[in-house]
Amino acid sequence: MWVYTGGEQTTMADITANQAVTGPLIAADGTPLKRKLAQTTRRARMRALLLTAPLVLFLLVSFVFPIGQMLYQSAHNPSFGDVLPNTARALAEWEGDGVPGEEMFAILAADLKQAREDRSIGRAATRVNYELPGSRSLFTRTVRNIGKVEAAPYKEALIEINEKWDDPILWATLKRVSNDYTASFYLAAVDRKYDADGSIVMQDEKRQIYVQLFWRTLWLSALITFLCFLLAYPVSYMLSVLPLRYSNLLMILVLLPFWTSLLVRTTAWIAMLQSEGVVNDLLVWTSVLDDDNRAQMIYNRTGTIVAMTHILLPFMILPLYSVMKTIPPSYMRAARSLGANSFTAFRRVYFPQTIPGIAAGTLLVFILAIGYYITPALVGGQDGQLISNLIAFHMQRSLNWSLAAALGGILLVGVLVLYWVYNKLVGIDKLKFG
Amino acid sequence: MSSNGGSDRPFVTFENVQKSYDGETLVVKNLNLEIQRGEFLTLLGPSGSGKTTCLMMLAGFETATHGEILLDGRPINNVPPHKRGIGMVFQNYALFPHMTVAENLAFPLQVRGLSQAESEQKVQRALDMVELGAFGARRPAQLSGGQQQRVAVARALVFDPDLVLMDEPLGALDKNLREQMQYEIKHIHENLGVTVVYVTHDQSEALTMSDRIAVFNDGVIQQLAQPDVLYEEPENAFVAAFIGENNRLRGTVAKAANGSVQVKLPTGEQVSALPINVRGVKGEETTLSLRPERVVVNPRGKKVPNVFEGRVEEVIYLGDHIRTRLNVAGHDDFIVKIPNSADHPPLNPGVDVKIGWSIDDCRALDAPAGE
Repeated sequence: MWVYTGGEQTTMADITANQAVTGPLIAADGTPLKRKLAQTTRRARMRALLLTAPLVLFLLVSFVFPIGQMLYQSAHNPSFGDVLPNTARALAEWEGDGVPGEEMFAILAADLKQAREDRSIGRAATRVNYELPGSRSLFTRTVRNIGKVEAAPYKEALIEINEKWDDPILWATLKRVSNDYTASFYLAAVDRKYDADGSIVMQDEKRQIYVQLFWRTLWLSALITFLCFLLAYPVSYMLSVLPLRYSNLLMILVLLPFWTSLLVRTTAWIAMLQSEGVVNDLLVWTSVLDDDNRAQMIYNRTGTIVAMTHILLPFMILPLYSVMKTIPPSYMRAARSLGANSFTAFRRVYFPQTIPGIAAGTLLVFILAIGYYITPALVGGQDGQLISNLIAFHMQRSLNWSLAAALGGILLVGVLVLYWVYNKLVGIDKLKFG
Repeated sequence: MSSNGGSDRPFVTFENVQKSYDGETLVVKNLNLEIQRGEFLTLLGPSGSGKTTCLMMLAGFETATHGEILLDGRPINNVPPHKRGIGMVFQNYALFPHMTVAENLAFPLQVRGLSQAESEQKVQRALDMVELGAFGARRPAQLSGGQQQRVAVARALVFDPDLVLMDEPLGALDKNLREQMQYEIKHIHENLGVTVVYVTHDQSEALTMSDRIAVFNDGVIQQLAQPDVLYEEPENAFVAAFIGENNRLRGTVAKAANGSVQVKLPTGEQVSALPINVRGVKGEETTLSLRPERVVVNPRGKKVPNVFEGRVEEVIYLGDHIRTRLNVAGHDDFIVKIPNSADHPPLNPGVDVKIGWSIDDCRALDAPAGE
């Protein structure tokens, strides 16, 4: 009853099967067809390559290289070796037990004198201080007094300047620091450190902040992503079904935040949410709140969540909209005509088709959120700070770039892991960003 | 025409239905239509004629602005689409891309709460019906256009609806496949006895498949009749022009007499025609409609009342017939289809030839303004 035309049933599989039987195809002049094809398309490919070359170079210079540099710095800190080179070399050979002998102290004294002349001891002192808090003054004071030490025995002389030089823990730390390559910044970034015998232990309780901050960043980002999804889904749906002239107008409203400065938007939220702000005034005026009891909605976690949800919302709407726009209304109609009520039709037919958009939107918003900096810095107060704010702190204030780089490195790995998980769950090729 | 299924009551009734989208113009103007149980009815018309709107109102996706639609005697204006139990085949098939073919077919059964076993059995039967029994595990995107079409038909029928609507279902297929599918849908209709309302703008599709055809134009049914009646006896100039090819001669009524009218052409000739859509008042404007295959060339032995001289302008060889364009009575687009047989030697351009036709083949219809 059903007669297929031949062409209709010829699939790609059949074609490849045919090829396998007859062997590689030969062009008219005898060269294999594949090579001939490559030859004829080479010019076009070369031109394409040339056109992309500026961008590739730009990315290399402005993106790949700095990130590589940063990651390198997180595990490579030569401060000690630069300032006290001979000591570092001697420490590398020392077996690292107790306090070294006179020979080591002689080398150290010579290095310290050189450092005094170069006024460079600060860097080495800071480096040691990261590992052994409180040892900065040891170096600065010793260097200040090193002029008095003129002849052997150096060991006694130095210990006389500061008795900490007799401490085996200090020497174990120095041996560790003398190696330019170190994992200690990564350990610090996850609230861990080396103890005296070089095993990894938890940081002192007062100094444990990073792990907690990483968790807070992840949790807040997830919450913000979820809120964005809740708000964006109906809006995107409306945009996708409205006639073009209305949806264009609405789209402009959605995109408007992109065209205003981030700073302006964030300060607008300050004006809205502060204790004497619009929202509080309104709540007091309508007697929902007592005048003495105004809600604290900014400079805390609430402020961060509200402002970031608003700022990241377009990144959720755009991919959702672009996916929803491609779903013809006939699918819902078909589902309805087949007997599904509107909710079932939505759940079984519409929603599954929007998953690529949801995946793209959530991935985009989440990744942007975990690296967000300005908004939490402005409206986050103390408990609304995210990990990026601490990275900025170490870049600008404490100048511990290696630790900042280690924190950034962990963040980067986190994003890559997320990307991998998404690829497993949804398939990255199914993502639609618009 | 198919049987009425034992019931005299029409299965679907449109009563004075009007539809407007913008409140200014009527897309459907006062529609009255009765569809019998088991019938294959086609709504045929150019785009924008209101045929798809009628189908969507029946399916429940559009609400009638005025009037009542009855399904099996029950008014359905306020029944939501999913409770109407009407199967529908969409123009782009609307197969759910994230489900396999079998899941697509199982969908209407699942939402009706059928058991897994029962559902599987029905799905397999429906797939076998469209000869796609082995394709259940595939995704719609892995099927050819014709196969997708069959799946869409199977899905619209799998839950045993009494009424199936089809909205230009063959529009996306190439010509050969489309013709083949026309027969298949027709056979399915005959085997299942289901009522089908079919929308198309393709007249040959409508003629092939339908029990009755409703020709739509401008929101009004121009003529509702069986295919052969529609072709042979068009009731107005629109239907004559829309269904098949026809020669149109404009003229005015000169005189009316026992079952025929004399129509005077602008060039002065008089034609005897069958009055269909004219009152027969002298001076009344009319359009004469004449099928190209009913024109006789060199009507020597035959008695025909209308004989004209024409000059051959163009000859196109089409295999089974020769399409000849003549200049007759000032019209240079007068087409004659001459059968490719021994008694009809082909004509050459530039030759003068005598042609003629009988009164019954020349229908005097209305003269639409502005043409």
